[in-house]
Amino acid sequence: MTAGAEASPPASAGPADDRLVACPECDRLHVRVPLRAGEKARCVRCGTVLQSAPYWRPDQMLALVMAALIAFLLANACPILELRVQGSISSATLLDAVLTLWREDRQLVAVLVFATGLLAPLADLLAMTALLAAVLAGRRPAYFAPLLRLIQQIRPWGMIEVLMLGVLVSLIKLSHLAQVVPGVALWAFIALTVLLAVVLSYDPRCLWELPAGRKGAA
Amino acid sequence: MTTALSHGLWACPCCRRLCRPSAGNRGGAGRCPRCGATAHPRKPDSLSRTWAFLIAAATLYVPANLLPVMQTSSLLGSSRDTIISGVVYFWTSGSPGLALLIFSVSILVPLIKLGALAYLAFSVRRPGATGPHRLGRLYRAVELAGRWSMLDVFVIALMVGMVRFRTLATIEAGPGAAAFGAVVVLSMLAAASFDPRLLWDASGPSSHEH
Repeated sequence: MTAGAEASPPASAGPADDRLVACPECDRLHVRVPLRAGEKARCVRCGTVLQSAPYWRPDQMLALVMAALIAFLLANACPILELRVQGSISSATLLDAVLTLWREDRQLVAVLVFATGLLAPLADLLAMTALLAAVLAGRRPAYFAPLLRLIQQIRPWGMIEVLMLGVLVSLIKLSHLAQVVPGVALWAFIALTVLLAVVLSYDPRCLWELPAGRKGAA
Repeated sequence: MTTALSHGLWACPCCRRLCRPSAGNRGGAGRCPRCGATAHPRKPDSLSRTWAFLIAAATLYVPANLLPVMQTSSLLGSSRDTIISGVVYFWTSGSPGLALLIFSVSILVPLIKLGALAYLAFSVRRPGATGPHRLGRLYRAVELAGRWSMLDVFVIALMVGMVRFRTLATIEAGPGAAAFGAVVVLSMLAAASFDPRLLWDASGPSSHEH
């Protein structure tokens, strides 16, 4: 599992640096160890995870990412809940809620909900699709490194699991006011939360360790 | 002490590859040879940035809790809810579990997070009784729990989006919602700017292995 992907390491990197890894929390140096699928290596000083070998193969992961994308589309295309009060019906998707907030001069809240509930998870899933497809095709295209950097940047801001809990809390809150009928998107959100938990447990940095195979555009 | 820094190595913040900066570049910034991200020996200006975000978050914590986050208007009249009155509503309407949940993530977690980060930033300057092991664990817990504070923002957004009965009832987000969202974002930025490696650097070579 040592990094064997570099065809020609740049001059600034010593040949030994590939075999070492530093703890992200305490900076202690370790020699990389080969791991089997699903195994993790922890720092001897502070216990932080240093390396993790993914449980899923890239092709299995791609299938899970595609499933999560479908769940994402369903969750955002259909109304989450339907409210009924004395014959009148009200329903909304997440995007409707964002637009309502924007129109009511709560732009900051609208942007925050849009970014954490829609944009970040979608960008994460699309970037993962592109990366895994490239790896499966045996290539390391020019967008490989920028997309991995993008995932590192946006992952902390994707909050689907918090949004899921928010949907449940508002469901209970609204059930005091009106008759609540769960929509298709509610079930899609539950599926998305589970699938995304699996996808997010996959550290895409491990893709650097895979051999790039046929050297393509890289 | 066998840290990467003591061997003149920097870890790339994105792909974690170790980089060996050129001789004239110690203490500055370099590019990761593998992924091209900018690497630093430690996160740049970590403590100043952490304090700046912390102070901003703590300031906004006051209006976030005092201003109404939600305004409900219906045929029966209108009401303004702050975060705490929302908690009280759940408590009195027979969902004490939900009241505790909202109270924890909306009021306790931001407060504990701000306090813990201030304590961590302070400990870097003056290593005290608490060792880096426990401080590191505190940092990880704070980083994990912080995101759940967004719960109330999502609940407000969904309530506003759902309750659209033109004549019967509408719900609007109040000014407190924006302040509260800002608290969550600023405290996440504070946690992200803090570099936990500083805790170990500060404790010096006396800190034991294992």
